[in-house]
Amino acid sequence: MLDTRATASPILRINDLHKSFVASNGTVEALRGINLTISKGEFVCLLGASGCGKSTLLRIVAGFEHATRGSVAVYGFDVDKPGPDRGMVFQDYALFPWLTVRENISFGPRHQGRSKKDAAEVTERFLSMVGLTAFAERYPHQLSGGMKQRVAIARVLANDTDILLMDEPFGALDALTRSKLQEELIDIWRTTKLTVIFVTHSVEEAVLLADRVVVMSAGPGRVDSEIKIDLERPRDVSSPEFNALRRDVTRRLTSHIVQGRSDKPAADS
Amino acid sequence: MSIQTTMAEPPAKTSADATTAQKPSGELKRLRQLALAAIVPVTMLVVWDVMVRWTGTRLVPSPSGVAVMMWDFAFGGIYDDAYSKSLPIHFWKSVQRVYGGFLLAAAAGIPLGLMIGRIPLLRALLDPTLSLLRPIPVTAWLPLSMIFFGLGPKSAIFLVFLGAFYPILLNTIFGVRSVDPRLFEAAEMLGCNGSRLFRSVVFPAALPSIFNGLRLGAGFAWILIVVGEMTGVPEGLGAVIMDGRTLSRTDLVITGMIIIGITGFVSDRILLWINNYFLRWSPQHHA
Repeated sequence: MLDTRATASPILRINDLHKSFVASNGTVEALRGINLTISKGEFVCLLGASGCGKSTLLRIVAGFEHATRGSVAVYGFDVDKPGPDRGMVFQDYALFPWLTVRENISFGPRHQGRSKKDAAEVTERFLSMVGLTAFAERYPHQLSGGMKQRVAIARVLANDTDILLMDEPFGALDALTRSKLQEELIDIWRTTKLTVIFVTHSVEEAVLLADRVVVMSAGPGRVDSEIKIDLERPRDVSSPEFNALRRDVTRRLTSHIVQGRSDKPAADS
Repeated sequence: MSIQTTMAEPPAKTSADATTAQKPSGELKRLRQLALAAIVPVTMLVVWDVMVRWTGTRLVPSPSGVAVMMWDFAFGGIYDDAYSKSLPIHFWKSVQRVYGGFLLAAAAGIPLGLMIGRIPLLRALLDPTLSLLRPIPVTAWLPLSMIFFGLGPKSAIFLVFLGAFYPILLNTIFGVRSVDPRLFEAAEMLGCNGSRLFRSVVFPAALPSIFNGLRLGAGFAWILIVVGEMTGVPEGLGAVIMDGRTLSRTDLVITGMIIIGITGFVSDRILLWINNYFLRWSPQHHA
């Protein structure tokens, strides 16, 4: 299973991507020379400390922001604006509060000009996939955080997305809900054979979920290293193999933080 | 004078508290709320009555005098003068003008506000002019509006329109500007863009603010109808108050005030009910 994934055709190619922001005190370089290729069906975690530009990278892939230099291509076609092929799940859900759970999920299908019957069918399928059929008529304000994030996931799935972009989606949830949703996400990923790019700052979450962890370093954001996670699923967080990998990834993550600190004075002088 | 102006409010207070009392269950609780709400207006009526008797003034009628006038105004049979039984026609004329002007203001203010809020070019083009015109009190337009529209109802409708237009417009713009940008991103990623964004995201997201504007606008409309109708229209509640002033019939003036107060209150309740229906997804916008 893993092997076919690794050799599958690339769905997303990020090529020498740079991003600078104009701030009041000059330009701030957020990303420098990012190169990344992601295969169809792969589950990739972007891991890094806050400020390493991992969210910015995801937002550029989503088309919400533009690269200063370089390109993002999906199936070989450059992207420069949001599209249904890349579905984003935000940390703060971004559900439409005036729509019920069912209407939120059918928002995409309806706007893509699908027939009413077709849209309703798709909606029901994903409603039940995330286990919210009983809550279909509720409004977002009547849901818990975990349920809201389920709706957000179903909303992009119903839109027939190719790449699921997730920006610290479980960051605002309590530990129990988070681990439940992580489990469900893996199930969904396996049944739908989606490609997932998942941004997180939690080493454990990255090692638990990903086929491959891309560790990013900050100031400016770069790809530090890529670590393949060849663990059987479902993964056991208490197993020695899991912990060995977690230690490896943590070392990669902290090495550049320490290095970054010693870098700073040198750069200033 | 201060007694008269405050008299238009108490009925509003009574029922306002009565409706909020619907939440906690139990008839007893509701009754208690009603009783609490009634204390101030009843006290004011008593003070009013005592003051009129004590000072022996002939300029201000007693509450019972106003009550008799109201009965005659509505059903006739007491004074049988020009104002007996004339409430329906005055009321109807005023309501038509208020809602005519108000609906015009909503029809112009909401779409314009949505576009100004969302399209930077339009904002740059219109915002400075609107900001310059806005501080001008609507009543200052009265002479010009009489020149433009003549002495008559059109001039009153224009004033009502102007008065209701700005709160509706500004609140709509504010509503659009304060929509969480994530929602636009979410909509675009789901394949909704261009003009469809207005219907599917901008309008519903700005709706709480739009309703604030509508309620404010409707309030101003009732204020301005009186000014508008004081200028040479024969019928309308504003005209009645103006006539009452000219004829030194304070009972007629107070009657007109109370009726406008009650109508304005009921009209706000109706808007609120519509508000609560359309904003059922947002409990913090329920009033």
